[in-house]
Amino acid sequence: MPLLKVTIDNIEVEVEAGTTIMNAARIIGGKVVPPAMCYYSKLEGSGGKCRTCLVKVAQGSARDPRPMPKLVASCRTLVQDGMVVQNITSPEAMESRQAITEFLLINHPLDCPVCDQAGECHLQDLSYVHGLQETRTVEERRTFKPIDIGDKIKLNMNRCILCYRCVMVADQITEKRVHGVLGRGDHSEISTLIVKAVDNDFSGNMIDVCPVGALTDNTFRFKSRVWFAKPMDAHRKCSKCSGKVVLWMKGDELLRVTGRKDKYGEVGEFICNDCRFEQKEKNDWIIEGPRTIERHSVISQNHYEISPGESVRMIK
Amino acid sequence: MGKQILLKNIDVPGLADFQVYRKLGGYTAVEKALKTLSPDQITEEVKKSGLKGRGGAGFPTGMKWSFIDKQSEKAKYLVCNYDESEPGTFKDRHIGKLNPHQLIEGMILGSYALGANTAYIYIRGELFYVLKILEKAIQEAYKNGFLGENILGTGYSLDLYCHPGAGAYICGEETALLESLEGKRGNPRIKPPFPAIVGLYGSPTVVNNVETIAALPWIVKNGYEAYAAIGIGNSKGTKLISACGHINKPGIYEIELGLPVEEFIYSDEYCGGIRNGNKLKAVVAGGSSVPILPASLILKTAAGEPRLMSYESLAEGGFQTGTMLGSGGFIVMDHTTCIVKNLLTFARFYRHESCGQCSPCREGTSWMEKILTRIENGQGTMKDIDLLVDIAKHVEGNTICPLGDAAAWPVASAIRHFREEFEEHVKLQKCPF
Ligand SMILES: Cc1cc2nc3c(=O)[nH]c(=O)nc-3n(C[C@H](O)[C@H](O)[C@H](O)COP(=O)(O)O)c2cc1C
Ligand code: SF4
Ligand code: SF4
Ligand code: FES
Repeated sequence: MPLLKVTIDNIEVEVEAGTTIMNAARIIGGKVVPPAMCYYSKLEGSGGKCRTCLVKVAQGSARDPRPMPKLVASCRTLVQDGMVVQNITSPEAMESRQAITEFLLINHPLDCPVCDQAGECHLQDLSYVHGLQETRTVEERRTFKPIDIGDKIKLNMNRCILCYRCVMVADQITEKRVHGVLGRGDHSEISTLIVKAVDNDFSGNMIDVCPVGALTDNTFRFKSRVWFAKPMDAHRKCSKCSGKVVLWMKGDELLRVTGRKDKYGEVGEFICNDCRFEQKEKNDWIIEGPRTIERHSVISQNHYEISPGESVRMIK
Repeated sequence: MGKQILLKNIDVPGLADFQVYRKLGGYTAVEKALKTLSPDQITEEVKKSGLKGRGGAGFPTGMKWSFIDKQSEKAKYLVCNYDESEPGTFKDRHIGKLNPHQLIEGMILGSYALGANTAYIYIRGELFYVLKILEKAIQEAYKNGFLGENILGTGYSLDLYCHPGAGAYICGEETALLESLEGKRGNPRIKPPFPAIVGLYGSPTVVNNVETIAALPWIVKNGYEAYAAIGIGNSKGTKLISACGHINKPGIYEIELGLPVEEFIYSDEYCGGIRNGNKLKAVVAGGSSVPILPASLILKTAAGEPRLMSYESLAEGGFQTGTMLGSGGFIVMDHTTCIVKNLLTFARFYRHESCGQCSPCREGTSWMEKILTRIENGQGTMKDIDLLVDIAKHVEGNTICPLGDAAAWPVASAIRHFREEFEEHVKLQKCPF
């Protein structure tokens, strides 16, 4: 199959047919990659919902060079040969991204100081780049009480951006989905019909895919700010999953276990609840060494320095 | 009185009964089609008739049908959109309630043209009484050999089912409808692919409005020339208008497209003028989502031409000075109406009905409603008015389905044409009405 040529922010790249604009941009890398709050490459059917990745298609294809009439979701729009895309070079796309960031924040509690996700939250990152300086809402924010949807998983619905990723994890990698979206519109919520109903070997991955602090690990609750914990690559023999994880250590104390996330915050391999929640001794693991966090995030504030190439390296 | 196609026999007692409908020439279009016309010939007839979808978007029906891949090995489906829930639109329920066999006959014709052997009528759950009438009529059609195996001995078979929704306006959006019909949460799908390629159960599917389908028997019986002879420009045939608000004769009217708006509002044959001889203030011409127009712009275009009830004329001037024919929900307001309060009612509806899937619509609809509530209650500021314009601008065009646009347009147009009234609410710190 011949490759398709696409230009994103004046950078040309050749990709296979069936590639989305988002993934073409990821091949280029760096600043031209649109932020993804809902798309998750490992989850089938994800994307299209948050609208933070909207871009301008200035030329549809070589055959039909007309521009697309509206901004399109880069995570769900396929590349055509000769397509010209503008992301950070489109004032229109940037304006809408600012608006979408504001939409995502108007009902958000802004409780980062007490949120376990702070430091590795995609909404924090997004606001940092695209957020407005001042708040334009005086309205009361929508509030829900935090609930336990599983014995190890805390749901704080106030922080949820309804990306549906956790729903897709439950559908696609666990045996049975027992939680989902109830209601609709601004009154819709992630929930279970029965408290603590989420109970299966892979449910913990819902925490890893959650872009914000809506789903957090009850066993790590309030133990430490993530930037005070040291991430280490480690593995163990596991019959249920690959056993390849990241340990979050404070001295010799193992505070938390997560999957290994790439620079887009996506885990390489999903891990089982045994590895995540039950193996909390350092001796349970073979430690490989410090993990490089490849994401420009608040997490970089204490332990990492930003190299010119935008990726973040640990200070030895 | 204009030509009557959809409502011609509507006052005949017992029309919902198979025998009565049949005596008036019912099902002869099916006989003609199945015995003398090929599916492609019917599609061609519909194309040439100029019939456009009556569900709101006005997409040419024959063209929509021709996107179906007839060679596909998959089953094909025709789905009738009977979810009618837009504020101001109440025409479809009239057809199913009084003349269900006209819709069933249309479903048979459309299904035959598309090569579908299974068809569905997805009906709004609140229209339970219509569902019962339809189901009885479907049973009659089966009994008389117009549905089921080997219809009229032609070898063509069709099963027709009704499926009630559970009370969500969003399930009128065609892909949300298909999700709901499949038994899932009614969230609109991300397009492309469009239903003609990947529709119900992954198969090629056409979704058409009730009124669109109900026009088919007449077109097949009388030929496309007769249909195309009615109307004006690219607006062919007749259209049902559900008229409500401050008029003397609210109700459902069948008009020939091209009727002057002024005649529609003031003549005794239609709305019969404004109540109590009041002054006309504004009209929402095509259901709650289309831009509102002040009296001056609904009666005449910005260029001073008389405004007509047609797709083109109502759209003339774009959104600056025009609007849309939409689904034909014609809401008339006299000088006693508070535009802000009316807009708040619409905004509350869209907030309540947003599926919540995409952030601009989910958050934008609720934010706009909250601001409008403040302005109407005398707690708004001048800045709020510009903020509303800004929010509407960023919802419009940035969402998965057109509900976002439908929520943004009324806000943008009300402020465009009636800004002083918003400002007055702010200055007086209360509603002046
Ligand atoms: C939020 C929303 C609600 C809709 N509701 C209806 C409806 O109740 N009935 C309808 O026929 N079309 C409705 N539509 C339009 C349908 O998506 C679709 O365009 C229509 O059914 C196509 O039929 P037509 O081509 O015969 O007009 C709605 C669209 C949106 C975005
Ligand atoms: S809980 Fe997290 S993963 Fe689930 S929908 Fe909300 S933000 Fe997304
Ligand atoms: S525009 Fe509104 S109704 Fe449509 S998919 Fe988005 S949230 Fe749902
Ligand atoms: S990442 Fe594309 S819409 Fe959310």
